Amino acid sequence: MTKRNQPGPEGDRIVAGGTAGNEASANRGFEIVAREDFSDQTFLLDIRHPLLAKAARPGQFVIVLVHEHSERIPLTLADFDPAAGTITLVIQAVGKSTGEMQRNCHVGSRLLGVVGPMGEPSRVTDAKKVVCVGGGLGVAPVFPQARAFKENGAYVIGVVGFKNKELMFWEDKFKTTCDEFIVCTDDGSAGIKGLVTEGVRSAMARHDDIDEVIAIGPPIMMKACADATRAEGIKTVVSLNPVMVDGTGMCGGCRVKVGGRIMFACVDGPDFDGHQVDFDDLMNRLKRYAEEESLAMERWSESCRQSRETPAPTPVAPLPAPDPTSPAGPQDT
Amino acid sequence: MAKKKTIRTIPQERNPIPVQDAEARIRNFSEVALGYGLENALNECERCLLCPQAECVVGCPVRIDIPGFIEKISQGDYRGAYDVISDANLLPAICGRVCPQEDQCEGVCPVGETLEPVAIGRIERWIGDLAIQEGWENVPYIEPNGFRVGIVGSGPAGIACAADMAKAGCEVTVFEALHRPGGVLRYGIPEFRLPNDVIDAEIERVTGVGVKFECNTLVGRLFTIEQMRDEMGFDAVFIGTGAGSPTFAGLDGESLNGVMSANELLTRCNLMQAGEFPAYDTPIHLGRRIAVIGAGNTAMDAMRVVLRLGAEKVYCVYRRTRDESPARREEMEHAEEEGIDFHWLTAPVEILDDGAGNVRAMRCIRMELGEPDDSGRRRPVPIEGSEYEFETDMVVYAIGTSANPILGQTSKLRLNKWGYIDTDENLATSIAGVYAGGDIVTGAATVILAMGAGRRAASSMKAYLGLRDSEVVYLAEHAEGAARLFGIDRAEKNFARVRVA
Ligand SMILES: Cc1cc2nc3c(=O)[nH]c(=O)nc-3n(C[C@H](O)[C@H](O)[C@H](O)COP(=O)(O)OP(=O)(O)OC[C@H]3O[C@@H](n4cnc5c(N)ncnc54)[C@H](O)[C@@H]3O)c2cc1C
Ligand SMILES: Cc1cc2nc3c(=O)[nH]c(=O)nc-3n(C[C@H](O)[C@H](O)[C@H](O)COP(=O)(O)OP(=O)(O)OC[C@H]3O[C@@H](n4cnc5c(N)ncnc54)[C@H](O)[C@@H]3O)c2cc1C
Ligand code: FES
Repeated sequence: MTKRNQPGPEGDRIVAGGTAGNEASANRGFEIVAREDFSDQTFLLDIRHPLLAKAARPGQFVIVLVHEHSERIPLTLADFDPAAGTITLVIQAVGKSTGEMQRNCHVGSRLLGVVGPMGEPSRVTDAKKVVCVGGGLGVAPVFPQARAFKENGAYVIGVVGFKNKELMFWEDKFKTTCDEFIVCTDDGSAGIKGLVTEGVRSAMARHDDIDEVIAIGPPIMMKACADATRAEGIKTVVSLNPVMVDGTGMCGGCRVKVGGRIMFACVDGPDFDGHQVDFDDLMNRLKRYAEEESLAMERWSESCRQSRETPAPTPVAPLPAPDPTSPAGPQDT
Repeated sequence: MAKKKTIRTIPQERNPIPVQDAEARIRNFSEVALGYGLENALNECERCLLCPQAECVVGCPVRIDIPGFIEKISQGDYRGAYDVISDANLLPAICGRVCPQEDQCEGVCPVGETLEPVAIGRIERWIGDLAIQEGWENVPYIEPNGFRVGIVGSGPAGIACAADMAKAGCEVTVFEALHRPGGVLRYGIPEFRLPNDVIDAEIERVTGVGVKFECNTLVGRLFTIEQMRDEMGFDAVFIGTGAGSPTFAGLDGESLNGVMSANELLTRCNLMQAGEFPAYDTPIHLGRRIAVIGAGNTAMDAMRVVLRLGAEKVYCVYRRTRDESPARREEMEHAEEEGIDFHWLTAPVEILDDGAGNVRAMRCIRMELGEPDDSGRRRPVPIEGSEYEFETDMVVYAIGTSANPILGQTSKLRLNKWGYIDTDENLATSIAGVYAGGDIVTGAATVILAMGAGRRAASSMKAYLGLRDSEVVYLAEHAEGAARLFGIDRAEKNFARVRVA
């Protein structure tokens, strides 16, 4: 007779380490299986999460918890590979949380939590000709969309923007996917000198039959792109990134104004009609925690400085040592 | 019991519950109500008339045998009392703290017709706390029946349903989107009212009956309800995703920095520990003079949290009067003692900008009570020309919540016109084998109503799976090592096995 009413070894699962179905509880958290540094600011992580890799669609994002004290960090799915069971994130270290990830996330370490995919997937329409624009941290997230449109038979023009040549990445990936590919740099060290809007204008000048523009990047860039296409009336989809907490539609912190209505970016978006979005509102709301962000950054930099003197890199999600006293495995099933 | 108690022989005074002094407590997050000691608890039990047809049991949404556990306590059998309660409710320390007892068990207590009703909630809490302290578990004998049940959402509805299904022998997994289980208990109700340790301890009891919790799992997006049933091998599914989507009023100035929902405020503080920023990474940008709109439990919690975080002045702005406030009575009284400044019959009109995108002030209008509305409460109507401005640098909305859209977006579940899940009277949804209950069906209600719904759905799910819905205790020889007896008799078990095969 079986008795499965003993508190099993899964007991500890109730603490934050949900492994979403398919890993033993000893492997608490989500393993980082690859890392690539594009520059001293931008890096890529591949994370093992087979279910998520299978469910992910272009335009969706995840929320990452690095450790017990961390915030919930929203990051767009830059890629996903159902066969390998991995998802790809491309992260720009801009503050404490992303800086900490840059410093501590290594191959083999684990993230405490990865939840998603969140948000409505991007609508891959039947558009015949599309321009996919990525600026800064938007370059990676626009890639799966470019690929999805290509697979759908569209003519895809890729436009990406960086500060300078050194920060560029994924040129090959875009080149093999896009029918045309335009690079813009602020200093002209590669491609066109200027902002991505230059690239968009140049595409518009050469093609009068663009059906859709997808623009992902800093709000100011998405705003400029929406302004550039407004006169021509070209449908322009942007992916908004307001400050989020839960990412499940529960807090309303991510609310944005679209066409005069309040929308929650995490469940109603993150994609919206760029011509309807109130970007000034978004930019103002992104400043909400500026004071706290710089305080956190200062403290963090200080602690990095100190730990450099006594190097002892902390593991990302400190794993509890397996408890030898806990019952070994399910009783007798 | 020797002689039959009467209203005249019982102790006349309700035993007071010790509370932390208001001056001290507004500077800490420790519990406000400290709970009964043994003597108080025993005294209060003496006040119960042990009515044979106990109305309090009917008044309790999960039908706890209240006279049953009170009698056990009076006999000195505290462990037995815990077993009586936890047969119906695995979360007594939680419910004893947060239930609106005045509207339920205590509201119908006959003692209350002449005197103050028996303090059932406080006694329940005392037993719940004692059980945690002593490490008691009420783990019944469970025989696996091979059925797998998936539960979406780890709030009180999900937990109650999970516990009942696990006790019936099903293999139960609860999926939760956030990184900690508990639903509103965890992210909404603050530490000084419901400590996290208490939630942890009682949820551990639920894992004790075999329920597995999987956090960080956003159902609908990671997999759909239909996939749970068709591909993942769940024989039945229960949805208890709550009504967590905060409402705003659509006033000018709502997107200014400094305006947030109570859910955001409470989630930052309770779930993410923003009060301890920068030791924890999630910040909260606290104002000095904070206005909270609304006067329900959520509003009370929001006000009392910001007070403890160091706000100088906290206002409550509510368009009706104190009598119409839906908050638990005790919370209202505590909020008043703590110095919250209540503005009854006042409605916000506009939130004003400081010129840099932050809140500077709020314009309000005074109201008066008119004719009764649908809810039977007198409708507040604005008094013309009574608008005024008052200074505030943070505005928190606690004016209600609505249905979360994710499951509607991702499944074929039939929703009603407000976006809540449509169910029949047995809590079955439009998808066979999928049941729903709690706030996602009724709209925002209470912990214990959600638990009651979870239990009702469990009984429908047992019927659907062909399991007998019974709390009757069977055959002693089944009992090897199990603390108590519970479950389904052998003949029926065999029937279930045949079905599975
Ligand atoms: C849906 C969504 C998808 C995102 N995808 C990516 C991505 O793929 N790669 C990536 O590098 N970043 C992405 N971000 C932004 C990323 O979440 C923030 O950069 C990160 O949370 C900043 O945390 P921090 O502590 O490192 O910096 P902080 O010190 O908190 O902030 C530094 C700066 O970043 C801005 N910022 C803070 N929070 C956010 C936020 N939630 N969104 C945008 N800007 C913010 C602040 O205004 C500030 O100027 C995304 C954000 C959202 C909402
Ligand atoms: C601040 C506040 C104070 C309150 N105080 C009291 C009180 O004192 N007494 C009282 O009786 N009631 C109180 N209530 C009301 C009470 O908490 C709720 O009625 C009750 O919690 C509802 O339970 P539920 O199980 O239906 O949903 P919830 O408690 O809301 O739980 C739902 C859970 O489902 C999860 N979820 C949602 N969508 C998904 C998804 N797609 N996939 C996976 N998981 C998902 C959510 O993250 C959440 O954890 C209060 C509510 C609030 C907000
Ligand atoms: S992040 Fe909380 S509602 Fe969108």
